[in-house]
Amino acid sequence: MPGPAPDERMRPKGRRNTQGIRVDPEAEVTHEPRQAVLSALVKHRPGVLSEVSALFSRRQFNIESLTVGPTADDDTARMTILIEEPEPGIDQAKKQLRKLVPVISVRELEGEAVRRELALVKVSGEKPDDVNAVADMYNGQAVDASTDSVTVEITGSKQKIDAAIEAFKQFDVQEIVRTGAAALDRGPKTLEKDV
Amino acid sequence: MSERASVPKEEDETETETEQDPVTTGAQSVIRALENAGTDYVFGVQGGAIMPVYDALYDSDINHVTMAHEQGASHAADAYGVVTGDPGVCFATSGPGATNLVTGIADANMDSDPVIALTGQVPTEFVGNDAFQETDTVGITQPITKESYFAADSDTVGDNVSEAFALADAGRQGPTLVDLPKDVTQGETEVEPGAPETPETYEVPEEADDENVQEAAEALAEADRPVILSGGGVIKANASSALREFAKEYEIPVITTMPGIGSFPEDHELSLEWAGMHGTGYANMAITNTDCMLAIGTRFDDRLTGGVDSFAPDAEVIHVDIDPAEISKNVYADYPLIGDAREVLRQLFDAMPRAPDADEWRDQCQVWKDEYPMSYDTPDDEPLKPQYVVEQFSEMTPDDTIVCTGVGQHQMWASQFWEYTEPRTWVSSHGLGTMGYGVPAAIGAKLAAPDQEVVCFDGDGSFLMTVQGLSVAVREQLDITYVVLNNEAVGMVRQWQDGFYEGRRMASEYPWIPQFDKLAEAFGARGFTLESYENVEETIQEARDYDGPSVIDAHIDPGENVFPMVPSGGDNGLFALEEDHLDQL
Ligand SMILES: Cc1ncc(C[n+]2csc(CCOP(=O)(O)OP(=O)(O)O)c2C)c(N)n1
Repeated sequence: MPGPAPDERMRPKGRRNTQGIRVDPEAEVTHEPRQAVLSALVKHRPGVLSEVSALFSRRQFNIESLTVGPTADDDTARMTILIEEPEPGIDQAKKQLRKLVPVISVRELEGEAVRRELALVKVSGEKPDDVNAVADMYNGQAVDASTDSVTVEITGSKQKIDAAIEAFKQFDVQEIVRTGAAALDRGPKTLEKDV
Repeated sequence: MSERASVPKEEDETETETEQDPVTTGAQSVIRALENAGTDYVFGVQGGAIMPVYDALYDSDINHVTMAHEQGASHAADAYGVVTGDPGVCFATSGPGATNLVTGIADANMDSDPVIALTGQVPTEFVGNDAFQETDTVGITQPITKESYFAADSDTVGDNVSEAFALADAGRQGPTLVDLPKDVTQGETEVEPGAPETPETYEVPEEADDENVQEAAEALAEADRPVILSGGGVIKANASSALREFAKEYEIPVITTMPGIGSFPEDHELSLEWAGMHGTGYANMAITNTDCMLAIGTRFDDRLTGGVDSFAPDAEVIHVDIDPAEISKNVYADYPLIGDAREVLRQLFDAMPRAPDADEWRDQCQVWKDEYPMSYDTPDDEPLKPQYVVEQFSEMTPDDTIVCTGVGQHQMWASQFWEYTEPRTWVSSHGLGTMGYGVPAAIGAKLAAPDQEVVCFDGDGSFLMTVQGLSVAVREQLDITYVVLNNEAVGMVRQWQDGFYEGRRMASEYPWIPQFDKLAEAFGARGFTLESYENVEETIQEARDYDGPSVIDAHIDPGENVFPMVPSGGDNGLFALEEDHLDQL
């Protein structure tokens, strides 16, 4: 005896959302993305950057910036990765990162972590005094000058740098380079096995 | 079996040897590392860049099986790993040798099968110069291995291999690779490889947190409609008997995933067999209606879940997995239990306050079994049905018979109509779905378990992809029965074209298929043809009796399709039992 056809079969009332989380069948639920600052200690060796960045692209995590540099320990490097994802995505990113063999530890930094990025902005050198005045407003300084151009260095939060670049636009911006963010937690907290 | 036959060795010469000669080259250190790890077999193909390693293998007791194609080497190593539980090893030379391994490595990665791939590489000074037969093997394989190592130094190459071995086997199993530049393996060294140890950054959880276990056990005991979902991880963790004890003690119905086939005996009354796209109707009904699911060692692949929005929509999920990244990746876990499946099952067993009160639920599951039995039409005048061939074969063989498959409809029939009762008897390509897996996998499986019967159900399309492996089975005189369920088509594709592309059979029909029985004979195997119901048993028996590889070319009904079916991304509870149902979904 063949059982009931598809539309006549027993089924429960529940529902999950696209992230596999059980939700109220009546309400629409979506997870809004948020920004997370992940900090990772990794073995300082060839290929580790490509391993990490390949992981992020392969799993379709949206990276905003990724910086990497040595620590006080020659064998260890530290990465700061900014991603924007819904909560489950952030959780996955941390866990997948932790699985990579060269990764020593991973943590999401707290909201009020110290975050800095650096920009070098090369503008036309026609009005050096005006350029200096704008640089001063953003605690920046000229690091190179020629008859045709001035290059200014600015460090600070992303917002501050965005604002500074906006301000420099009045001088005919010739080139810009920005690093991604580097970040550390405030207070005495450190990453595991960090130095 | 020995490829050193031209230089006969005294049989017992090596047995009495206790001291090994010290290593003198990087290549010897590589082989020593494999010996230390207990390697019995490697599967591979020779070549320029890997030659020093083969030369060192000449003096070793490790058996080498020369494959006809490197894809076969990685699949054979994979199957060897699945059947024994220990890493299978494959060798290839640089460039094309290494790239030919890639499919098998990716396959092993998706199914968490322990495999070690050792690849030759051009000498270090040429690396990066597009030298002859150079590819960036580490770069290509990094995303599909647990780790790919570039061996940079003759003194440490043995340690690289030891570590790769340990890593492939540790925690959630998977493939690792070591790329071996020729100068590194040729280079002089006296450094013996260290014992196999995982890298210090790799952590493997053993037991789950006791408090979490207690909470999960209470939730399960409270359930009205409990099920256990047993995945491939249960088999990998050798947790099959722990699962059986647990399920029987607390009388909870068990559903397996497809890779979990064999983790629970399909002839037990608590078994609902396997769920998913082509799983049983009763398993899919139970999974849809459960209110508490104990999921063990499964990654909730989309072929299992269908659309996650409709997957077990009422269920609290207790998820046991050794890999924390699997928790809440696809399906949210209300109770995550991170640890080794066998350990956690033992913890759960002790923590259960009582058995769930689920008499009604078990009755309901039985109703579904009666309502949606696995069946097919067998009017005698119709062309032979593939399901019948599988069913007959299953009845004729011992419980520990190992079944390998290619990928397609035949794979589904082999999983549906064979009765599995033992772990490590179902060897198939799940996550990657690799056509061509069957022929070499059967070779790896037979060498891993020479005392067990091995049968491979293949499709005509899949079989043709790796048919050259027959030469290996013949040379090694492996007693394997290959059954080609021949429908002169890549049937699974044709089924989808008929169902979802208005029957536009673009490139799915293969009217130019060779005569597989004759092909088998050309390779030196025995060939049989099967065309009707009359001589199914007799032919199977003859093929089984033949002491060596045999191929049964079974001409099956080309119109036969696989049911039940949950359309891709669909709702498991709305499986189609027949073609007509598809229009209703
Ligand atoms: C290497 C590879 N290429 C293509 C596919 C796509 N594919 C999935 S099933 C299938 C049909 C397999 O045909 P066959 O081996 O003859 O088995 P049948 O479905 O007819 O039993 C194909 C082409 C695949 N899974 N693997």
